[in-house]
Amino acid sequence: MYMIPKIWREFPQRYNLLGSKCNKCGATYFPPRKICPKCKSMDISEYKLPESGEIISYTIIRSAPDGFTNYEPYAIGVIKLIDGTKILSQIVDTDFENIDIGKKVKLVFRRLMDGGETGVITYGYKAVVTE
Amino acid sequence: MIGIVGYGSYIPWRRIKIDEIAKVWQQDSQILKKSILVYEKTVPSKDEDSVTIAVEASKNALKRANINPKEIGAVYVGSESKPYAVKPSATIVAEALGITPEVHIADYEFACKGGSEAVFVAYSIVKADLAKFAMGVGSDTSQGAPKDALEYTASAGGASFIIGKENVIAEILETYSYATDTPDFWRRDGQFYPMHTGPFTGEKAYFKHIYNSALGCMKKLGISVNEINYVVFHQPNGSFPRRVGKMLGFKNEQIEPGLVTPYVGNTYSGCSLLGLSAVLDIAKPGEIILLTSFGSGAGSDSFIFKVTERLNEVRNKAPILKEMLENKKYITYSEYAYLRGKILMRKED
Amino acid sequence: MREVAIIGIGITKFGVLWDKSLRDLAVEASIEAINDAKIDHIDSIYIGNYTSGTFIEQEHLAALIADYLGMNPIPSTKIENACASGGVAFKMGFLEVASGSSDIVLVLGVEKMTEVLTPRASYSLSLACDREYEGMNGITFPGLFALVAKRYMYEFGLTRKQLSLVPVKNHKNASKNLKAHFQNLITVEDVENSPLVADPLRLYDCSPVSDGAAAVILMPLELAKNYKNTKPIKISGIGQASDTISIYQRDSLVTFNATIKAAEKAYKMANKEPKDIDIIEVHDCFSIAEICAIEDLGFFPKGKGGEAVEAGLTEIEGKIPVNPSGGLKGKGHPVGATGVAQIVSIVEQLRGEAKENQVKNAKIGLTQNIGGSGSTAIVTILEVI
Repeated sequence: MYMIPKIWREFPQRYNLLGSKCNKCGATYFPPRKICPKCKSMDISEYKLPESGEIISYTIIRSAPDGFTNYEPYAIGVIKLIDGTKILSQIVDTDFENIDIGKKVKLVFRRLMDGGETGVITYGYKAVVTE
Repeated sequence: MIGIVGYGSYIPWRRIKIDEIAKVWQQDSQILKKSILVYEKTVPSKDEDSVTIAVEASKNALKRANINPKEIGAVYVGSESKPYAVKPSATIVAEALGITPEVHIADYEFACKGGSEAVFVAYSIVKADLAKFAMGVGSDTSQGAPKDALEYTASAGGASFIIGKENVIAEILETYSYATDTPDFWRRDGQFYPMHTGPFTGEKAYFKHIYNSALGCMKKLGISVNEINYVVFHQPNGSFPRRVGKMLGFKNEQIEPGLVTPYVGNTYSGCSLLGLSAVLDIAKPGEIILLTSFGSGAGSDSFIFKVTERLNEVRNKAPILKEMLENKKYITYSEYAYLRGKILMRKED
Repeated sequence: MREVAIIGIGITKFGVLWDKSLRDLAVEASIEAINDAKIDHIDSIYIGNYTSGTFIEQEHLAALIADYLGMNPIPSTKIENACASGGVAFKMGFLEVASGSSDIVLVLGVEKMTEVLTPRASYSLSLACDREYEGMNGITFPGLFALVAKRYMYEFGLTRKQLSLVPVKNHKNASKNLKAHFQNLITVEDVENSPLVADPLRLYDCSPVSDGAAAVILMPLELAKNYKNTKPIKISGIGQASDTISIYQRDSLVTFNATIKAAEKAYKMANKEPKDIDIIEVHDCFSIAEICAIEDLGFFPKGKGGEAVEAGLTEIEGKIPVNPSGGLKGKGHPVGATGVAQIVSIVEQLRGEAKENQVKNAKIGLTQNIGGSGSTAIVTILEVI
């Protein structure tokens, strides 16, 4: 049985892209933090990330870990959202040849893990190339 | 005035051609296509299901409605391919859209009518002033058994409608539902594929209920066939809607714009709603739309809409179905069989 | 703080060792080091191990190993910093001697990884990055370094051939190292024809999953100088630093800030600069990691590492020999053992005991051991007395 409280606790991040923004220096983070690593301030607010960005780097996972073998091969990349915040996510519904550094993407709602035949399904964000 | 405030649709990226499926079962695809008038259908990705499709369609609806999600007081999702037999899809949709926790939520099932009845209940809630806005969604990733006729048409997709009294883009003028207990198509709990009764699903189910529901709705409002600009029927293939339309006295020009199945397949709970969204993608202010859904079991919900000026202002805030139809990738039957879980994989422990 | 020396080293064969359990490996390496040091007792043990819990369902290694070495009731401590567990355990052992708390400390690194199939090993390794925000998106360790390699190629034009030359060199070096996991030679074509693991990284760009253990004995330098017949090697500098747990939050994907900061501290403590160093053992968990390491440690400018490898500057006869033992790729990478194994390799070189791989006149050596995607880095500088 997978770690249900942990999955549930991360819904605001996985479903709603809720990160944090430092009120002192303006830096944004995902996932949320209590202390700003840049200016060390603890004056942090909830902040919803934008849902589009561009690819900073990517790779194609050909040898997947436990839990993801159903999906291999799949692309995964570092995405820089339009407000500068960076995230890591799979890149789906795009031919591998069409993925490249600099391409624009939007975030979509997909399954992350299936939970086998009896468990809870984990949903979250993935990226799709839009050009 | 009560009506649609925002609408959105979603279909997956992958397609499989009818030719490709026919090849596997050594059937004549030319004859097949002439009879069902379907040429290709959508196939969901391994990481998509009726919930993810409902979320994407609803995000598009929210973009057009341009309201604070927290103002939505009810969320209803209709599907016959829910990922959980017990656990609502609508709570996941509501959470993902930022609508929770002050909201009434429920899942609906009535074969292909699950979506339209979600919209009907959303309408009723707003009409009864129990919520300012309410959302009804139809979404499916239905299964067709290998070698069965339905394998050519069962596909994936969904559409979402936000109903309210403010900023209406299509007013709901009338509704009329017609239902009986008719076992034409069903799936027992625990079974992977549905069962159907061939021709019986036509005369005694589809045609009987759609005909009576559409006629009843037009009579109730006091409107004739000629006063309707677009009619959208539940469309399990490309030929049934034309036949029932003819029975009712409609012309092809009234039926075609809302007929999406030829290139999408039958998206079950999303089916007639997807047709409605295709019409809203092009309809002009003042035009009248009749929607008559059908769900096996059996029943039809009819709605008559009148488009307002506002539709022109919000239409382009989200992708229209035509754009999604053009963004596609064809796959082979083997990839299709893998994606649809028709290949027996070793179980992971 | 007292100065500290290494007076004994021990290392098992690295490889897929079906017949040996984790405690077998731990005891074998420790005994070899104790015999090499010619000591009759130990005051304290530090153990570096990454994840015995997920690999063999055993935690509390500190107690297990002290017990099976027959050394109860001396204190025993396990340190975990992902792949830098061995290096950081070494630092903790150093501090215990330097502070005067103990006189003779055993530092052991050990990992037993081959009980499980590859997808499970891949899952265990992925716990060293951000599980919720990298792991749950399906990343693997080759994947994380592939992101680095892709970006590095984009920014600096690194060629596939330059990258391939790293594992080719490391296999060549390992072929003369009897304890190494691999003894076969490989060519650039072999690397480029090996299956893709995470584009652009191929099988031969990746260090293997290995079992193994390595151990060293530490003693205060003053005592060590006159101690029996051992050849003490001085620990001149140690520096450790941290970076973000996730690779995506870094300002640059191609610069490992923890390595830079750890090296700065080590150089300062040892009063040395890159030009003073004769040999280095770096953490080539993946080929691209070696290229980034030799730049971040200050031996080559950022972006020029690939050219340096292509020009042969990092060969055993080169300007700055890198991984003369075969590195992680050739020697093997039992995760927790690696940091200590690097120390063992440098000590062999500085003692002149590296046989066919001996670098001439090696007097000052440096090790760089990183954890996760570079979230921990530890650099040590060792010197002939």
